[in-house]
Amino acid sequence: MTASTVPTSLPQTAPGLLVRGLTTTFDTSRGVAIAAADVDFDVAPGEVVGLVGESGSGKSVTLRSIMRLIREPGKVTGRVEWGGRDLVAMPAEELRRVRGGEIAMIFQEPMTALNPVLPIGAQIEENLVAHTDLNRRQRRERALELMNIVGIPAPERRLDEYPHQFSGGMRQRAMIAIALACSPKLLLADEPTTALDVTIQDQILKLLLDLRDRMAMSVVLVTHDLGVVAATCDRMAVMYAGRIVETGTVADVFACPNHPYTRGLLGSVPRSGQSRTMLQSIDGTPPNLTDLPDGCAFHPRCSFATEICLKQRPPLDLVGTDGRRAACHHHERVAAAEPIL
Amino acid sequence: MPLFSFVIRRLLQMIPTVIFILVVTFVLVRMLPGDPASAMLGDRARDADVNRINHELGLDQPLIVQFFYFAERVVTGDLGNSIGLKVSVASLIADRLPVTLMLTVMSAVIALVLSVPLAFVAAMKREKLADSVIRGTFQVGLSMPVFYVGIILLTVFAAQWKLFPVGGYGTTLPDKLYHLFLPALTLALSFAAVLMRNLRASIINVMNAEYVDFAIAKGLRSRVIMIKHILRNALISTVTLFGLQIGTLFGGAVITETVFAVPGAGRLLIDSIYGRDYPVLQGLTISLAVLVSLTFLVTDILQAWLDPRIAR
Amino acid sequence: MSALAKTARSMLRGKPMPRSLITGGSILLVSLIMAVWPTLFAPYDPNEFDYNALLAAPSLAHPFGTDSFGRDVLSRVIHAYTVDMQIAVFATVGPFVFGTLVGAFVGYVGGFWEALFGRLVDATVTFPFLVLVIAIVSVLGPGLGNMYVAVGIVGWVFYARLVASEIKVQKRLDYADAGRVMGYTPWRIVFRHLLPNAITPAIVYWMTDMALAILLGSSLGYLGLGAQPPTAEWGVQIADGKNFMNTAWWISVFPGVAIVLTGLGFSLAGDGVAEILRVRR
Repeated sequence: MTASTVPTSLPQTAPGLLVRGLTTTFDTSRGVAIAAADVDFDVAPGEVVGLVGESGSGKSVTLRSIMRLIREPGKVTGRVEWGGRDLVAMPAEELRRVRGGEIAMIFQEPMTALNPVLPIGAQIEENLVAHTDLNRRQRRERALELMNIVGIPAPERRLDEYPHQFSGGMRQRAMIAIALACSPKLLLADEPTTALDVTIQDQILKLLLDLRDRMAMSVVLVTHDLGVVAATCDRMAVMYAGRIVETGTVADVFACPNHPYTRGLLGSVPRSGQSRTMLQSIDGTPPNLTDLPDGCAFHPRCSFATEICLKQRPPLDLVGTDGRRAACHHHERVAAAEPIL
Repeated sequence: MPLFSFVIRRLLQMIPTVIFILVVTFVLVRMLPGDPASAMLGDRARDADVNRINHELGLDQPLIVQFFYFAERVVTGDLGNSIGLKVSVASLIADRLPVTLMLTVMSAVIALVLSVPLAFVAAMKREKLADSVIRGTFQVGLSMPVFYVGIILLTVFAAQWKLFPVGGYGTTLPDKLYHLFLPALTLALSFAAVLMRNLRASIINVMNAEYVDFAIAKGLRSRVIMIKHILRNALISTVTLFGLQIGTLFGGAVITETVFAVPGAGRLLIDSIYGRDYPVLQGLTISLAVLVSLTFLVTDILQAWLDPRIAR
Repeated sequence: MSALAKTARSMLRGKPMPRSLITGGSILLVSLIMAVWPTLFAPYDPNEFDYNALLAAPSLAHPFGTDSFGRDVLSRVIHAYTVDMQIAVFATVGPFVFGTLVGAFVGYVGGFWEALFGRLVDATVTFPFLVLVIAIVSVLGPGLGNMYVAVGIVGWVFYARLVASEIKVQKRLDYADAGRVMGYTPWRIVFRHLLPNAITPAIVYWMTDMALAILLGSSLGYLGLGAQPPTAEWGVQIADGKNFMNTAWWISVFPGVAIVLTGLGFSLAGDGVAEILRVRR
């Protein structure tokens, strides 16, 4: 299926991130849940890629699988190539050096992702201890510098403060400072702005873009908010029921969605003046991951569905130039349907 | 300095507790059969003498006044004289309490040394064989009375294998530690069971926290993750439990000292009961209660130090 | 109780009974049967001296051996079930009932009474439980009856604390408001509606407490402050045998095994009950 159209391996020197056939399953008492299935995508240096979908679509699981943060009873197969090495098969110590050093990750809720009993400064410095040879004074200097970079005022004092003494927005900035301490080449951001007020959201997104430029870093941004994608991402991949159903540049996908689910998502983006409640307007609910429907997983909620959608799962095929792909039997009909924006 | 004001606040909170301790012991002493004057003068005392003594002791005053006399004496360190041993209760306690303190500290250390690594192994190998074996062993340990464990350890390690003395207390510090090892181990086993049960649950809880994922994603070494992130947070609830269990530990010390003939405060307590030496009983009850509330203070400070969110 | 049984059944629906409850429950059932009909199992009279078999090692005639008076250890261990199971129940029922009532009151009315109760709890936990019980028993005089009194004076506080905090949570929930809106008396709201929901932690604690009561009762028996010789009681028996550990270990070891087994029964059953109740929450 996808293997015939996507190059399975790039030359050893290929920079950036290559995800191929990434599949994550969980053995539960109710059967095997397929949280992410056969996920393929690339991230070029300096690029910001958005992973979009409802909760339970597998976007966060995909991100965690890349970092091998999936715990028992979860199982990850497939390949995650980073600088020619496969993260999935990498020995623990080598992986440890990649984590935090070359690839960093930030989480949705800084209140729970920051250790409550360690000062922010200590949480930055332990990262430097793990990946650099800086001495105590140099680490402190670097920590101060990072606090300035992410825009936390009065950094000298704040380095000795604990997470509960920070406001929500400052806490997220602190988490970014911690994650970026060792100048990683790739940042995995799991809904970094969801827990924040709208105005703070914009500041944090601007900060991320600014850091991307400053540190020549790639970003994978997981979000359920298409507004965030439009504002920050170069390319996007839409996920549904653990699979990527559509991918392409943000401009292309927004201009002409080729998958009915993407179309539905775009239809639910609020216009100016409306409140930001997302993804409410697609009828039906996401499927149970232990019991996916046959054929296309989206067919029970799809207005374009026909006989074939019930029987055959559509492959993620090229549907245009610029790496534009969609997994829909009826992508031409969807693309030709009247615009929704 | 938030920790400092926290300590002050906590010290102030101890005042009502101490008052209550005094009230309880006062009531307990009033409940005693017979009156002190008769006890001091013997059965054939004359009424006039009894009245004189009662007057001297302030026992003809209203109860509330008596209580204040009592409280005043206790606070100034005057706990009366032992009926049986003819010395001041304060000096007796000063003599015996350090032994008990050393015993409990030793057993607390042994319990920690046993429970922390085992709790880690059990939590990491959750629901696997190692976990079941460790938990099963401790479950049995929890159901074993202290005196039973003591007798068995005494018989096996001291009487049969002659690795340790059968009882008593040494003179030099190493000798004391050697004498106290078996009693301390006895006391530590059930304590370790309680600690390990709590610590295992809280380690499992902490391991699922997102900051542990973040620590892994930062590429920290697993030793750092275990100690600075998992253990440090898991210990917060265990410290509370540790404090709450100190009373149980003192209770266990009473029995252990009896089994191993350790000349500590617990042994003194039992002797004072058999000898109807009520001033000693009263003095010991007050001292142990004050000691427990001091331990609460220490564990609270420790907890505030471990968890900066508390000292606010 | 029938309401409780009904909720227990509905909680278990479709779920297997926890293994710990099955194991613990079986141990307790056997213990209870032995406690009620010890003569059915004991081969000898527990207090019958046999001067021809002093300190006899375990044999077919005396499976657990005999003690220094030639009494059959097995028979004494079995008869002690009556005493020690009685300790488990008698030392805890009073505190359970009284503590639950006080806890319900304090938790529901709050305010001054709650503050007062809080101080009382603080102070109670500062007394080492065993030391306080020993002190009270020594004032009242040794014996089982006085031990129940001593344990009761202190023990109810722990139940009251559990129930009070649970009632405080429950009374803020919607159904309590609904009761108030419908004009029910506070009495009815607390006892018919809040308490059945708030009592579960106290029940779980009760199981643990019964195990602790056996440990405490046998400890006092060992010290000579609980059951008095020649009563067959595990702690008393262990004390009887402590001077013979090198030559006749069976006098002390078998009663100890009985204590451990019964304690395991209570704590396993307690774990099982806790597991079921957790599933419901």
